[in-house]
Amino acid sequence: MLVSKVWVDICPLDKLIPGRGVCALVGGLQVAVFRIAGEEIYAISNFDPFSGAFVLSRGIVGSRAERLKVASPIYKQSFDLVTGVCLDDATRSVRTFEVRVAGGMVQVASP
Amino acid sequence: MRLLHWTDMASQQDRRTLVVAGNGMVGHKLLEILVERGATAEWDLVTFCEERRPAYDRVGLSSFFSGTSADELSMVAEGFFDQLGLTVHLSDAVVSIDRAAGEVVSAQGRRVAYDALVLATGSYPFVPPIAGNDAPGCFVYRTIDDLEAIREYAAGCQTGAVVGGGLLGLEAANALRNLGLTTHVVEFADRLMPVQVDDGGGSVLRRRIEDLGVAVHTGMATTEILADEAGHVAGMRFKEGDDLPVGMVVFSAGIRPRDQLARDAGLAIGERGGVVVDEACRTSDPRIFAVGECALYAGRIFGLVSPGYQMARVAADRILGGEATFTGADMSTKLKLMGIDVASFGDAFATGEGCEAITYRDPVANVYKRLVLGPPDRRGDRAVAGGILVGDATVYQTLLQMCRGDMPTPRHPEELIFPASSGSATPAVGVGALSPAAMVCSCNNVDKGTICAAVAAGCDNVGAIKKITKAGTGCGGCVPLVTDIMRDEQRKAGIVVLNTLCEHFAYSRQELFDIVRVSRITSFSEVLTAHGTGEGCEICKPAVASMLASLANGHILDGEQAALQDTNDHFLANLQRDGTYSVVPRVPGGEITPDQLIALGEVAKEFSLYTKITGGQRIDLFGARVDQLPHIWRKLIDAGMESGHAYGKALRTVKSCVGQTWCRYGVQDSTALAIDLELRYRGLRAPHKLKGAVSGCTRECAEAQGKDFGVIATERGWNVYVGGNGGMRPRHAELLAADLDREAVFRYLDRFLMFYVRTADRLERTSVWLDKLDGGIEYLRRVVIDDVLGICAELEADMARHVETYECEWKAVVDNPERMERFRTFVNSDEPDPNVVFVTERGQPRPAYFHEKPDPALLAIGAKP
Repeated sequence: MLVSKVWVDICPLDKLIPGRGVCALVGGLQVAVFRIAGEEIYAISNFDPFSGAFVLSRGIVGSRAERLKVASPIYKQSFDLVTGVCLDDATRSVRTFEVRVAGGMVQVASP
Repeated sequence: MRLLHWTDMASQQDRRTLVVAGNGMVGHKLLEILVERGATAEWDLVTFCEERRPAYDRVGLSSFFSGTSADELSMVAEGFFDQLGLTVHLSDAVVSIDRAAGEVVSAQGRRVAYDALVLATGSYPFVPPIAGNDAPGCFVYRTIDDLEAIREYAAGCQTGAVVGGGLLGLEAANALRNLGLTTHVVEFADRLMPVQVDDGGGSVLRRRIEDLGVAVHTGMATTEILADEAGHVAGMRFKEGDDLPVGMVVFSAGIRPRDQLARDAGLAIGERGGVVVDEACRTSDPRIFAVGECALYAGRIFGLVSPGYQMARVAADRILGGEATFTGADMSTKLKLMGIDVASFGDAFATGEGCEAITYRDPVANVYKRLVLGPPDRRGDRAVAGGILVGDATVYQTLLQMCRGDMPTPRHPEELIFPASSGSATPAVGVGALSPAAMVCSCNNVDKGTICAAVAAGCDNVGAIKKITKAGTGCGGCVPLVTDIMRDEQRKAGIVVLNTLCEHFAYSRQELFDIVRVSRITSFSEVLTAHGTGEGCEICKPAVASMLASLANGHILDGEQAALQDTNDHFLANLQRDGTYSVVPRVPGGEITPDQLIALGEVAKEFSLYTKITGGQRIDLFGARVDQLPHIWRKLIDAGMESGHAYGKALRTVKSCVGQTWCRYGVQDSTALAIDLELRYRGLRAPHKLKGAVSGCTRECAEAQGKDFGVIATERGWNVYVGGNGGMRPRHAELLAADLDREAVFRYLDRFLMFYVRTADRLERTSVWLDKLDGGIEYLRRVVIDDVLGICAELEADMARHVETYECEWKAVVDNPERMERFRTFVNSDEPDPNVVFVTERGQPRPAYFHEKPDPALLAIGAKP
């Protein structure tokens, strides 16, 4: 990759509730950002391919077997927080975003 | 046009024809048995079915009124009659038999030669020969067509009467009641169900049926059906007493065998009707058999499906050259009439020599049990010989097995019918004591050994066992026993029957609730660390949040609690398909002031919300974005409204009718009670949503019997019902207690609700919970009225704490800037969600469908190709 990444500030880390998500606008895209605990953060698209609504940030975070996931609040399909793959239907997935905490600020890599 | 295989062609000459006259349950069972035994290799099976529908479940006929379709009642497997060697003629009946020529002639003029003929013509309802019995508005209760006609006519009636208080009569009465008619039952004998129960059982049954609002008239002989000027049914006249005005009459005064065909053919007929058969089910003509309700064996007609099936089995065996015999049948029955258990078995009336009866009667719980014991043996022990159970038939299967000798009678059999005194459990007579030869499903001749074999072969649910063994597929009465046998076998095989919450907790909801309650844990992470694994999920997190809320009642968005809530609870609103939310303020008892209505209207206009009246007497405002929710609520709270908890597994509404304050018929102030109940239980978190209702009189306009808890006013106080619901599987609530004062209503409901909250499974409505509760409503009464568990004080204290600590969740949000922070669409922007798009329909907004959105490309954002 020749183009260097642009990190976009989302919000201070302490605004995120452990075990919950928020939605951020990053370059016109809706990104669901989840804080598991401490500085463990994941970001995937906010788009739920099953309902067509932008809602994944409002789902409940948890685990299935060893994988971290979020369950869509509409029809409850689960999405892997690391890969974006739907755990209930491997033919569907959502895109993932790079995310980090820098200086107490949560940042997402702009695509 | 059928294609024949060459093998069949070769044997064409040898093929024989069996004609079956009648395609009812028994006639069809005969065909099924013959097909199963491979009879079609040699026989052509031709059946005539007078009705336009082939065999259907007449035993379950009444469920037609509760939504079961004619198709669902069908007993004919798909493609059954398409099999080679089978022919059915619908809407056609055999009208004469030419025995000399060996031919039958049908109503439509078909002539079919037979090698063997089976009469399965069934019975017809007896209509007493009284004046006016054929007026429009008179019906019988036998076929789907009858039921359709009753339903249609009932729409124009207020009241209806059933002539006959037997088994079918009470079924018919329940149907009229469910159709919304004020219902009367008129029985000539001096008690209900005179054939099955004695006076003691009859009076308990009568009280229970009267509690359901059905008027019972026993010892009354109907002499005439009265008609109005147009000739329609208008009333009934009796030998004794005043005329009874009714809009329709259903005759259900017994059945008579349909034996005309046999009479005309010169076959032997019983003195009071019925085609005489021997133990081979053969009539006086050796080529002709008779089975089911048209057949008379040893001077008796067997009017139940199970003996009918036995006859079908015998006749089929004989046709195929076997030696099976029918030597009479057990007429034991157990049924649920209008939700009331009634069972009668063996020598119920203690007519046998040396028989003695023990009776138990509980006039408060309205339960009657009679146990008939046979003559003493050498050691002085008596075996169970028969019995009657009304109101509580949980011991039926056990007693029946003892009665049949499949299970030994214990030393003190009377303990089987007396309720367990607190501290001592019912004598342990489990299914393990059943012998393998014990008959479990008498409809399909399945014994315990067959079921055990199915379990051993890997069947691990009742559905699989039904499929493999056919047990439980007839009248269905043995399904609980089949379930118990399966569990017992699994337990013996060391299979652990799991009922765990999810992969993170190896406990049921009830077990986890007890852990949380006893250990006073107050956070999910503590529960997970101490008793679970992994990170939790969308199942256990809200479940634990609900437990914590039931026990502590802190604000559900505080601290760690916030992360546990389902999106509805997290945003205190109801998520809709487009990602927007709806808002439902509380309208206690459905009472709302004009000013509140105006305030709601103004808020809806300001935020362009779609507005609809809900089924629970409230107003739902749709189309709010997350960031709009606090602003909407600020205005609603200023107008004096509060959260309606429509988003929570919590109390929703207590619906009411207007009651005696306005209504001509009301006998109590139902609205005031509904408001008080709703304010008392508002915000109560439960395993599932909770709904209540209060009706001001027995007309039940508030539909209280369709709610988790319902209260109906009587002249003397209030009747409390529990465990009802509408929705996917509607269920009527059951009477918990009658004629209570206000204080007792609150006391029993406090206990009932808290007991439910403590013990139900996740997402289990009160109806399902009550159905699964061992001992059902009787047991519930013992817990919440008699306090046999000694927990009522605790339950009341739990509820008192809930009432005391209640606060409006929305007020607590709009008064707190930190909580307000959560209600943002984007954490880093104040823009609204560009994908939420509305269009106008019938003057109001609704979410745009995909193709209506201005830029569908937007939707693709975020989705991987």
